[in-house]
Amino acid sequence: MTTISKTSNVPAPRSAPEGTPLLEVRDLHVEFHTRDGVAKAVNGVSYSVNAGETLAVLGESGSGKSVTAQAIMGILDMPPGKIPHGEILFQGQDLLKLPAEDFRKIRGQKIAMIFQDALSSLNPVHTVGAQLGEMFRVHRGMSKKDATAKAVELMDRVKIPAAKARVGDYPHQFSGGMRQRIMIAMAMALEPDLIIADEPTTALDVTVQAQVMDLLAELQREMNMGLILITHDLGVVADVADKIAVMYGGRIVENAPVHEIYKRPAHPYTRGLLDSIPRLDQKGQELYAIKGLPPNLLNIPSGCAFNPRCPKAQDICRTDVPVLHQVTERDGSELPGRGSACHFWKEQIHG
Amino acid sequence: MGRYLIRRLIQAIPVLIGATFLIYWLSFKLPGDPIQALAGEKKADPLVAAMLREKYHLNDSFLSQYWNYISNLFQGNFGETLTGRSVWDKITEAFPYTMNLAIVAFLIEAVVGVLAGIMAALRRGKFLDQLVLLSTLLVISIPVFVSGFILQLTLGVQLKNSWGIDFFPVSFNENDGIRAYLLPALVLASTSLAYVARLTRTSLMETMRADYVRTATAKGLPRRRVVGRHALRNALIPIVTFLGADLGSLMGGAVITEKIFNIHGIGGLLAESVYRKEGTVIVGVVSLLIIVYLVANLIVDLLYAVLDPRIRYA
Repeated sequence: MTTISKTSNVPAPRSAPEGTPLLEVRDLHVEFHTRDGVAKAVNGVSYSVNAGETLAVLGESGSGKSVTAQAIMGILDMPPGKIPHGEILFQGQDLLKLPAEDFRKIRGQKIAMIFQDALSSLNPVHTVGAQLGEMFRVHRGMSKKDATAKAVELMDRVKIPAAKARVGDYPHQFSGGMRQRIMIAMAMALEPDLIIADEPTTALDVTVQAQVMDLLAELQREMNMGLILITHDLGVVADVADKIAVMYGGRIVENAPVHEIYKRPAHPYTRGLLDSIPRLDQKGQELYAIKGLPPNLLNIPSGCAFNPRCPKAQDICRTDVPVLHQVTERDGSELPGRGSACHFWKEQIHG
Repeated sequence: MGRYLIRRLIQAIPVLIGATFLIYWLSFKLPGDPIQALAGEKKADPLVAAMLREKYHLNDSFLSQYWNYISNLFQGNFGETLTGRSVWDKITEAFPYTMNLAIVAFLIEAVVGVLAGIMAALRRGKFLDQLVLLSTLLVISIPVFVSGFILQLTLGVQLKNSWGIDFFPVSFNENDGIRAYLLPALVLASTSLAYVARLTRTSLMETMRADYVRTATAKGLPRRRVVGRHALRNALIPIVTFLGADLGSLMGGAVITEKIFNIHGIGGLLAESVYRKEGTVIVGVVSLLIIVYLVANLIVDLLYAVLDPRIRYA
């Protein structure tokens, strides 16, 4: 067999051919083998991100958005996690087929990740300077002194006041917003091509949320990075994202450029999400909520996973899994980048 | 930090007084007559007995005896045995053996225990993990006097007879240097070693699931660094607690192990003085052990702050 030729393919050419997206996920499946059975967390997700582009992945807890990100990062716990299917092409190279050591070198250098809860995601027993500097020491082989200088530079860049004085502080000595800035600085350290931000503002209060999102967007623009923004906050998405992928039950149910989705959602689930946003002009009225609970991943409903909660479900929704249809205008003209996994997308968008 | 240290040292005083009082009272209440015990089988000479009783204040009330003792103790005078030897001399004679034994045992249990625990945690559910779990369970359930004799027989006698390797002396001999302590220290350390291995395994497995370990992996750090620098450093905190407390109890001597290997340490001294009802020796030794315990505990508490920067003492 061709084990030799396979390893000799690596390292692959740095610059992928023109037109290939920075990251392309193709038909990714992830399952977790637990005592109670196989939980299918991701069931055929495909999406792509280009350099300088922001993709927002939207969905409830358990929709598989974080698991997809962890699969891209290669930080899934395997076992119990398993990727039976799919490709993750980064700069044209399938990460899933990469030897562990080569994949490790991509993490942090080429793809970096920002986690949700900065307090638990930063190591409590090391100074932030050491944790930031570690990137340079491990990946660039810098001395401790140079790495600390770099750490100060990074902290300045994410606008942490008195960076030089605070480089020796521990994570618990910072406020929540500052801690998240440190997480961002850590992800930015080696100027990666792609950043995955897993609910970067969920643990922060609203005033700080905006600051952190602005900072993230600004740094992304400066470095022309691809950004995958995982969130369940539609308000955050509107400002920074270029396109949106809505996930439900481990599948993408709708794809769209960001502004279109607010105007004309093509999936009942997206509609429900938009209606759940509290609005000032409806003050005093009862808030809308999508009825029911997210699907149990051990036992996903047959047909469309959303059918038990869908106000428009018909018989076909309970039997046939809808494919991701190309969404078009009423007259049949193409709507670029739009897709909906609903049997009745036409009624939803044009009805 | 300085204030914390002073407060802890002041707190130690009532503990010391309370403990000596209790022990003194217990040895006062021991049945039998120490003077008669001195004479052995035959009847003690009444004249000599009366003289000794007078000399050692044995006719006084308990409180006055205790006061007498404690005021001497605070002047650094540990008193003397009923045969006229200084208690301090007896302790300093026995203590070096116990301390050497404790240090060797501590090193064995810390190094081997932590390493076994790390290997088990990193190969969770695999053969090595099962091996560590099973062997530690076995060690924990075997009493010291059994494992002592088994090791004496296998490593000490059979290894020498069938392989010609005379590395583990069966009986303690000072001239063997550190080699003399290996076998007894192994026996003494075995149970704690098993606990340390299991504790390390659990603690490390727990921290390996922590968010910051996931972050470390996502940073593209080599696994060795993820485990060593990020997980282990945090996992070490409960292990240090256990090791610190255990160092205290190792210093307290090991009656059975010392007996098996014929080491004349603190454990043996204590057992012997209980047997002879020598209150002064018992209380002297116990006071010393309490001090050792208190110091070990204090060191552990101070180490916490070194290991975990979130802990600060004021």
